[in-house]
Amino acid sequence: MSVPFLYALVGIGLFCLGFHALIVRDHLLRKILAINVMGSGVFLVLVALARRGGDSPPDPVPHAMVITGIVVAVSATALALRLMLKVKVATGRAELADKDGD
Amino acid sequence: MKWTRWLLLPLMLALAAGLGYTVLSLPDQAHGLQGAVADQLEKSGVSNPVTAVLLNFRGYDTLLEMVVLTLALLGVWSFGALPAVRTEPAPGAVLETLTRFLVPLLVLVAAYLLWAGAHAPGGAFQAGAVLGAAGVLWILTFGRLQHGFARRLLRVALVAGVTAFLAVAVLTLQTGRQLLEYPPALAGSLILLIEAVATVSIGVTLAMLFLGAEPTDKE
Amino acid sequence: METMTPLAWTFDLLLGLGLLWIAWRALASPDLFKAIVLFIAFGLFMAMVWVRLSAPDVALAEAAIGAGLTGALLMAALARLGNE
Repeated sequence: MSVPFLYALVGIGLFCLGFHALIVRDHLLRKILAINVMGSGVFLVLVALARRGGDSPPDPVPHAMVITGIVVAVSATALALRLMLKVKVATGRAELADKDGD
Repeated sequence: MKWTRWLLLPLMLALAAGLGYTVLSLPDQAHGLQGAVADQLEKSGVSNPVTAVLLNFRGYDTLLEMVVLTLALLGVWSFGALPAVRTEPAPGAVLETLTRFLVPLLVLVAAYLLWAGAHAPGGAFQAGAVLGAAGVLWILTFGRLQHGFARRLLRVALVAGVTAFLAVAVLTLQTGRQLLEYPPALAGSLILLIEAVATVSIGVTLAMLFLGAEPTDKE
Repeated sequence: METMTPLAWTFDLLLGLGLLWIAWRALASPDLFKAIVLFIAFGLFMAMVWVRLSAPDVALAEAAIGAGLTGALLMAALARLGNE
């Protein structure tokens, strides 16, 4: 297995780790961490697959997309954190509780 | 409904296996767009292919990305005042001196990254992020922006990036070209101009995102 | 593809496994402060992975924005969260 596919599999692993943590964890800050890890996994798959050109230089279009993605991810994280603080002020806790007490 | 928790792990493993199989069945060697980018690189005005893609070939995406940054800041500002931190530790002399020493250095590094982005790794976003880091360091040390940072100047700095990019886009339309189709002779200078304004804008936006609320008159 | 020496391949394997491990520890840590610190370290590991994948622009952006600025945002939010 070559380097691009190794890192692509790592990216898929990160995506699934983040997805699992997003569903299982209740605390909002942990959910935001999980979303960021998922995003990093997706970026890793994109850039890893751009490296499949062999001896030619890597494909720059996925690199540009991932740089854009990193900036958008930080904006979304900032907004999500502000929302989390608002939820904490409004309800007194920063966790999502299931109605069934799951 | 606790049994659904036990269903989650096998489902995740199945998802991972499916995605892994899909990725591994992709061809080993795949020629992407690097050939097409390399062919047009001389006409793009810069020699770093990633900067050429970001600011020239896919410039529209970058314009929209800067709008997204500004929108996120608008969203954060629309929530009003932040819940206060209980204790604000006073910065010691070491931290203040270090910050006063580091911030001009960070500005210098940002300027270098901006200039080097045309021919080496770098560019507007990396330089803007370093500027944002300088702003974050300043806010952490002094707890507020200096009184010299007038509110009007702040707002001008925040929108200047999008405005400059839009102005160039409208100009290209007015002179009869496609949207954001730079004339090849001017492409390098236009890219540098847009990147310079965007760097300031991105840096200020990131620092304001860290501040979390609109700076009031007390700050 | 350039000739992959076993050393380079081992380095890539260790880096990939280390990335997965630190992400798992960051997401599973019971203490929030530790989780954020591990997340910042995860961002720096990602920057190394970007360099290994010949993406230096992405590495610069990840180190500055992904690790640095996101970490600062998370720490600031944690500080305001714990003091209500």
